[in-house]
Amino acid sequence: MFSNFDFDVIVRSLPYLFYDGMTFTLTLTALATAGAIVFGTLLALMRLSGLPPVALPAAGYVNLMRSVPLVLMIFWFYFLVPYIGQWITGASRPIQVGAFVSSLVTFTLFEAAFFCEIMRAGIQSIPRGQVAAAQALGMTYPQTMGYIVLPQAFRNMLPVLLTQTIILFQDTSLVYVLSITDFLGAASKVAQRDGRLVEMYLFAAAVYFAISFAASLFVRRLQRRVAIVR
Amino acid sequence: MNYNWNWGIFFQTSPDGVHTYLTTLLMGTGWTLATGLAAWCLALALGSLVGVIRTAPSAWLVHLGNAYVELFRNIPLLVQMFLWYFVLPELLPSAAGDWLKQLPDASFYTAVVALGFYTSARVAELVRAGILSLARGQRMAALALGLTQPQAYAYVLLPMAFRIILPPLTSEFLNTIKNSAVALTIGLMELTARARAMQEFTFQVFEAFTAATVIYLMINIVVTFAMRALERRTAVPGFIGAAPQVATH
Repeated sequence: MFSNFDFDVIVRSLPYLFYDGMTFTLTLTALATAGAIVFGTLLALMRLSGLPPVALPAAGYVNLMRSVPLVLMIFWFYFLVPYIGQWITGASRPIQVGAFVSSLVTFTLFEAAFFCEIMRAGIQSIPRGQVAAAQALGMTYPQTMGYIVLPQAFRNMLPVLLTQTIILFQDTSLVYVLSITDFLGAASKVAQRDGRLVEMYLFAAAVYFAISFAASLFVRRLQRRVAIVR
Repeated sequence: MNYNWNWGIFFQTSPDGVHTYLTTLLMGTGWTLATGLAAWCLALALGSLVGVIRTAPSAWLVHLGNAYVELFRNIPLLVQMFLWYFVLPELLPSAAGDWLKQLPDASFYTAVVALGFYTSARVAELVRAGILSLARGQRMAALALGLTQPQAYAYVLLPMAFRIILPPLTSEFLNTIKNSAVALTIGLMELTARARAMQEFTFQVFEAFTAATVIYLMINIVVTFAMRALERRTAVPGFIGAAPQVATH
């Protein structure tokens, strides 16, 4: 069944696939993860604040994001981001943003809901006595969170955060629906131009598998190393 | 915001000349639910089998099960859809490949199979965790009573494991319904695809996507409430998730 395979098409398109496509995918993954962890941690702190006017909007946001498909959110933000930009900058018409900014905003805001739930679990895993001890020492809320609770929560949740990042990496393939040239988009464009769907999609699957599998092995090793010995 | 809202758009006739836009969205909801449910049945069957294999007393079977889970978990769902839809018919003998390509509703069947296999890896992970969470004495007691391995799974281990993993299975079921939106890339006209089509014909972007979002939210709420009721009925007494036993006097 591999007799009429054209492996050459893969070799010929390697520079395009990796310089154009994979660079986009990896940059998007890295920036969206960073943004989503920051925003997600904020959401988690809001949900745990115990003040209903602060906790309820955060809970509503997280539940909304978790109830709709990512594909729908990609479409939403693709059309919404120009209006948000107009609203923030006070411009007279919707701002034209590129495909990269639009998908970065989408993934940051969407994945923040999932990172929020991870950080919430992480914060709740810290014994209550530590917060009490920090307050007894005279620490303020930002000091308690910044020096005592969050560093431990991050360490406890590091494997889960990285696993979620692997999921985010796989999810970025969905920007295909906006015809963006990410790794899969690049593979798909070559596939359709040269009529080589079989080779290109199998190659794309192999690359995604290799990266995700290697990363998950790394996470498993890390998990054993960072676990706090109790 | 200089955007012309027009909520009446839902009652205008869509380009198919017969249905209103609202009806097309509801038809899309039907496809979303059909895809999600069919894929879930497939995922539950395959996932249970693989989950059991991964706890079987045979290293060879465990490795096979692990390989299955790693394969389906480490390739994005979209790429898996493309593999089933574009690549599989080319790799089959040409008669079978042509039959697949000419199948009516091919994108529906492909979506069900792709989503079913993708989700089955996650279900297998849960089933394995559920079985491993049981005290090992349960398997030993079952075998000591003279049950065979398949009987021990069927009558002792799996009934308990499924009751324990019901809450995470619920969220996996919701994920399956949401993930069916990915099938719009292979031409399945489910809810998100209908909203997208409505947006392209009418330029009423935000009305179309708001309607789709509301429908997804309603599906979520209904499923969550139904599963909560089921969880209460099937919770194992004495476990943390179980409903509190009569504590009032």
